Amino acid sequence: MIFKGNVWKFGDNIDTDAIIPARYLNTSDPAQLARHCMEDADPDFVNKMKPGDIIVGGENFGCGSSREHAPIAIKAAGISCVVAKSFARIFYRNAFNMGLPIFESAALADAIAAGEEIAIDSAGGTITVSGSGRTFTISPIPPFMEELIADGGLMRHIAKNRK
Amino acid sequence: MGYTITEKILMAHTDLKDIAPGQLINARVDIALGNDITAPIAIREFRAAGGKEVFDRDRVALVLDHFTPNKDINSAQQCKTVREFAFEHGITHFYEGGQVGVEHALLPEKGIVLPGDLVIGADSHTCTYGALGAFATGVGSTDLAAAMLTGELWFKVPQSIKFVIYGKLQKWVSGKDLILNIIGRIGVDGALYQAMEFTGETVAALPMADRLSMANMAIEAGAKNGIFPPDAVTEEYVSPRAGRPYTLYASDPDAVYAKTIEIDAGALEPQVAFPHLPSNVRGVSEAGRVKIDQSLIGSCTNGRIEDLRIAAGILKNRKASPSVRLIVVPATPLIYRQAMHEGLLDIFMDANAVISPPSCGACLGGHLGILADGETSIATTNRNFVGRMGHPNSEVYLASPAVAAASAVLGRIASPEEL
Ligand code: SF4
Repeated sequence: MIFKGNVWKFGDNIDTDAIIPARYLNTSDPAQLARHCMEDADPDFVNKMKPGDIIVGGENFGCGSSREHAPIAIKAAGISCVVAKSFARIFYRNAFNMGLPIFESAALADAIAAGEEIAIDSAGGTITVSGSGRTFTISPIPPFMEELIADGGLMRHIAKNRK
Repeated sequence: MGYTITEKILMAHTDLKDIAPGQLINARVDIALGNDITAPIAIREFRAAGGKEVFDRDRVALVLDHFTPNKDINSAQQCKTVREFAFEHGITHFYEGGQVGVEHALLPEKGIVLPGDLVIGADSHTCTYGALGAFATGVGSTDLAAAMLTGELWFKVPQSIKFVIYGKLQKWVSGKDLILNIIGRIGVDGALYQAMEFTGETVAALPMADRLSMANMAIEAGAKNGIFPPDAVTEEYVSPRAGRPYTLYASDPDAVYAKTIEIDAGALEPQVAFPHLPSNVRGVSEAGRVKIDQSLIGSCTNGRIEDLRIAAGILKNRKASPSVRLIVVPATPLIYRQAMHEGLLDIFMDANAVISPPSCGACLGGHLGILADGETSIATTNRNFVGRMGHPNSEVYLASPAVAAASAVLGRIASPEEL
């Protein structure tokens, strides 16, 4: 798949409280969660971003709680995918389990500026910066994870294999 | 080549004859845990996948501890969803109302999680049970749904980091200070995707309450799990509570570690994590003058009876500073009752503390102790991220019950030595 969009940049250790603060966790409705996406990192984020945009983070993106509300909020806000230097473990699981595409590239996270347009080719394993044409490679997704994504997430994968 | 305790427990839950870090495995789950925030999503997923029955009604634990007693209508709805599911499926370990405690204090206390278990929980601090010599890790709601349905889940076998801790702890220095110090050393991603194995003479001498506090915060270093080799202390804690057989595993002498970190804890002083990361750690003597508006003593990290005894020892015949709201949260009903019988609640009330029902409320900025714009709290909890306990411009400092109690009295971050 190709994901093309403008970049919103965040730093290291963006935690799940910043992605979706606990005060909004009294619901799991994606539309309601989307309204507060990234609120404690950038209060105006949801008003500025456009559907298809891409979040680029630093090290340990999504650290903190296990709340699946975090990838749900990002996905429901219309962010197409997240690129980071590294992801926190539970966020990584959650993203694959629910089908939010995420990619690791430290080089891109260092080189890219906010507002630049990038195109991610998940099958080809590259990210291209539209303006400069610079290309970065992304770490390949393990085959098992590819299967999860192809099946549409963990539960669909399980349902398919139980039949 | 030998195996670490983490590798052994994971392997014992598969049909594999060998296991290695990095390997993706499917493993049987002994206990699957969810709470009022994470279980509703899991239940939705469970139903959407056509789930009719849970894999084992004795192996699922549902604990309504986060926004309870229900803080608003939405929270009440979430609890209702979980309650109805629990009754429909005859879930044995379902807790709410007067039986609920903070999940990670409640499950060990009731003997629901045991040494050698493979435990998953849709809550990041599920890693707490590593204190018992179990493999326990936090996962997401979809993972919980999968485990409730199939009794299995996918895992990537982690590498292990071995911590060898030696030296006799000074007065007022606890497991909480040790783990804060460790996170300060290695950073919030210092053990990303890895297991933290705690060993050494200091660890062997640590009471179970301190081990639970330490394993609890393994996730704050990014770890998949924290684990203590089970020993006589473990057996003493577990044997009167266990309702089923359990297994004690130990790492082989020739087990392979990603690295070994040695720590001399003998000179350590009480530690404080400054905003806004649990790794932003200093000794309490280097804290400077930090005025506080609130002191929170509780949570799955430090809301056990041992913690309350330490706090009460300091607060006895003293009062919280008039400018400080002191909140004490016994983590479970049993702890609450014990504190009542031991007279600790009187000491807290005499010190002008508010005693909260067992709840996560204040710890995650949900309710029962929210901070306003510009306010500061010292807390015995495990996270001090931006906005964790309320307004995005509020600040949280993490410390032990001893430091939180002393700080409540003096109105600023302080060591008990200063009283
Ligand atoms: S007490 Fe705090 S850290 Fe522990 S489970 Fe509750 S909200 Fe999470």
